[in-house]
Amino acid sequence: MTANSPNSGEDRSSLWKPNRQASRRVEMLVKLIFGAFALVSVATTAGIVLTLIFETIEFFGEVSLLQFLFDPQWTPLFSNQQFGIHVLISATIMTTGIAILVALPLGLMAAIYLSEYASLNTRRFLKPALEILAGIPSVVFGYFALLTVTPVLQTFIPGLQGFNALSAGLVLGISILPLVASLSEDAIYAVPRSLRDGSYALGATKRETIISVILPAALSGIVASLILAISRAIGETMIVTLAAGQNPTPGFNPFVPVATMTAFIVQVSLGDTPATSLAYKTIFAVGMTLFLITLTLNLISFWFVRKFQEKYE
Amino acid sequence: MTTQQDFPSQEKGSSSISSSYQPNLSGRYKLDKIFAAIALICAWAGLVVLAWLLVDVFTDGVSRLTWTFISEFPSRKPDEAGLLSALVGSIWLIGIVALVAFPVGVGAGIFLEEFIKNSVIGNIIEVNISNLAGVPSIIYGLLGLAAFVRWMEPLTGGRSIIAGGLTLGLLVLPIVIVATRESLRAVPDSTRLAGFAVGATRWQVVRDTVLPPAFPGILTGTILALSRAIGETAPLITIGALTFIAFLPRGPRDSFTALPIQIYNWVSRPQQEFHSLAAGGIIVLLVVLLTMNSIAVILRNKLQKSR
Repeated sequence: MTANSPNSGEDRSSLWKPNRQASRRVEMLVKLIFGAFALVSVATTAGIVLTLIFETIEFFGEVSLLQFLFDPQWTPLFSNQQFGIHVLISATIMTTGIAILVALPLGLMAAIYLSEYASLNTRRFLKPALEILAGIPSVVFGYFALLTVTPVLQTFIPGLQGFNALSAGLVLGISILPLVASLSEDAIYAVPRSLRDGSYALGATKRETIISVILPAALSGIVASLILAISRAIGETMIVTLAAGQNPTPGFNPFVPVATMTAFIVQVSLGDTPATSLAYKTIFAVGMTLFLITLTLNLISFWFVRKFQEKYE
Repeated sequence: MTTQQDFPSQEKGSSSISSSYQPNLSGRYKLDKIFAAIALICAWAGLVVLAWLLVDVFTDGVSRLTWTFISEFPSRKPDEAGLLSALVGSIWLIGIVALVAFPVGVGAGIFLEEFIKNSVIGNIIEVNISNLAGVPSIIYGLLGLAAFVRWMEPLTGGRSIIAGGLTLGLLVLPIVIVATRESLRAVPDSTRLAGFAVGATRWQVVRDTVLPPAFPGILTGTILALSRAIGETAPLITIGALTFIAFLPRGPRDSFTALPIQIYNWVSRPQQEFHSLAAGGIIVLLVVLLTMNSIAVILRNKLQKSR
């Protein structure tokens, strides 16, 4: 026994050889590969910015910035070329504005209902249902806007044309409604219970508590969700392309066909445009404008949350 | 003394205040009820529109759902048209997106969450990813057009499946990364510490103890990202997916069409018959999406139970 046990102990310790060198090598390799994967996202941003800048510089080599800003019309595909980007921007503002007029009140009230009024079972049903709405592809909403909502609206509004900013904006509003609702609900849900109790203790009713205590406390989150929704609506493509048309019309008439920035990019892409043509460079200039607007809005939204978020406890 | 003298006058004042205050409880409660009713209506409004949309699509498109619709190529004659090339194109795309976005997204997520968490570089990449998630999809299309279609044309073959797949892969990458990070974050730190305590390296800890419990969440996030990619239309149009294709792609460098592109093409035609084809295509697209989302839910439940 006594002679045996040290022997077997020696045998066992020699059995296990920790190959630390190999583990370290694998560790380095994994770190290198996964680090490269993480850099793909940085490369994507760099790629987007660089391609947009590069092609936009090419564009401004042929078209002056003054033309881009002040031309009265947007007709880069005609022989009489004009490049007034404000024609596309005004259309984008119009569809986005209508969308926000739909999505903000509906989304905010839906968030209030989900957070303050709904029973647990209703919540369990409503939230996934809203996620389904959020998961509907935009081309489906485009079909709905063009072929269902527009004919219905035409029975109310006689002068409404087949393509119009109104029905595109309304359906766009429905498509961003889940975003507003779920982000606002997160903000409202995060307001601590003590604030509600304090308000009730002063004799306020539920509605008074919601309007004068909870909403102000959740304001930063609600505004952030609103800005993100605006940014999403500006960048949305298929609904406005299908339902609002591809006619660059200056001004703010929601009853006639207009072309948003995104719709113009689609219109050019559907035709076969060689890389050297001005039309090809134009879509990058429009894309740059779109990118700058949405990036600014997204940054404002982040900054707003950080700056104005109410901290409790 | 002065306080005693003040007392009655104060009492008088407060009593006059309380008499001027009218709680008007019944009126306020009435407003409360109206407010609650409006909130209820708003919460259901989105779903009512969703139901309207679905009913509308089904009544328009259900008559098109025959075997011909699935097995035939698009045609100028609506009655003989089908979406075979679009369906096959979408399957190709999803395969490529999965091959790109899953390993890259999961790898990047692991790297950010397990290897360089809370470092300066990690924070920069994190801000970058949340910014990428807010970039409109059509901008990715422009990136794909410049990078994959023009710049890498010798490799990708121009307006090809692989160019479309890579573009969509980049588009959904932030979703996979965020899902991976959230799933990893949900694994308690004690698991990691236990691994380190027995002498495992960081990668061994991640591979053997952190990744298995996080896997269902990662898989669910990936499938949701893929279903987002299936419905994307704008970036594919931008990189030049064709809208009319009467052959099946034989390799990733062939030109292609996809379900949403085919639907867009049918919707944008003026004839009524093509609109019902579009509705039929939408039904197929929604069924594919529903199937994928159900698989995601079932997988999650199954993997969570088996643990």
